[in-house]
Amino acid sequence: MNRKKHWYDYLWIVTPIYLGLGFFNILFAWLGMIFFCLPLLISIFGGGKLYCNRYCDRGQFLSLLGGRLKLSRNRPTPRWMGSPWFRYGFLIFFFIMFFQMLFTTYLVGAGARDLGQFVKLFWTFRLPWHWAYHGTLFAPWVAQFAFGFYSIMLTSTLIGLIVMVLFKPRSWCVFCPMGTMTQAICTLRAGKPPVDEGCPGCRR
Amino acid sequence: MASKRYAAVGARCVACGCCVKVCPLSAIQVWRGVAAQVDRDRCVGCGKCQQECPAGVITLQEREAQV
Repeated sequence: MNRKKHWYDYLWIVTPIYLGLGFFNILFAWLGMIFFCLPLLISIFGGGKLYCNRYCDRGQFLSLLGGRLKLSRNRPTPRWMGSPWFRYGFLIFFFIMFFQMLFTTYLVGAGARDLGQFVKLFWTFRLPWHWAYHGTLFAPWVAQFAFGFYSIMLTSTLIGLIVMVLFKPRSWCVFCPMGTMTQAICTLRAGKPPVDEGCPGCRR
Repeated sequence: MASKRYAAVGARCVACGCCVKVCPLSAIQVWRGVAAQVDRDRCVGCGKCQQECPAGVITLQEREAQV
């Protein structure tokens, strides 16, 4: 089947560009706020999961690598990864780490802590990243937030790539915190979909 | 004539929309961002959505014999 290509089918390019820009100047990490706010705004204002379904650059990037470039083993995603416990547990963990990052930003802003010119991978490993900070007109907390936010984006991309290789191209989507959050918002807005009585295998 | 099988979406659908993209007959849509829904009349049970689904919630069901 040859589906007509749209401009948004090429959004996968945003992921390598974003990560590449952050390699040279960490302040570009602030652009990631778009990927944070846009899905939430779309679902809050009634657009459902249009972001995941159509505009998610990371989803497209993983599809490209795992699907078209065949870098995925294409094995079933473990069932526990799709369980509500894991999905909401990962979302809460993600939130805790996000607020810890905000607190660090606050400490740097208040002068209680020096700017940490490193990227923290998997919330544990400090990776030197000082070349991406050039001492700007902005206050140190602006750069601290950028380092923290870039750490989150790089870590989540790496997790996405790992599960892409091990399982299906878009296995990340199963427990992506943004996807979980937007689906929760949509469920709050619309409720559960109507049950199809004639379909024994459908959702109950 | 309808095919013998159709795709059914289980309760743990994450509404990612992967199935929508691969359906050759546009028989699937994401219902209000909550879950994917299959138009059983249109679905021919090709199984592409089942292969694509990262959450593994799509199964192929046998249609009951039409009288």
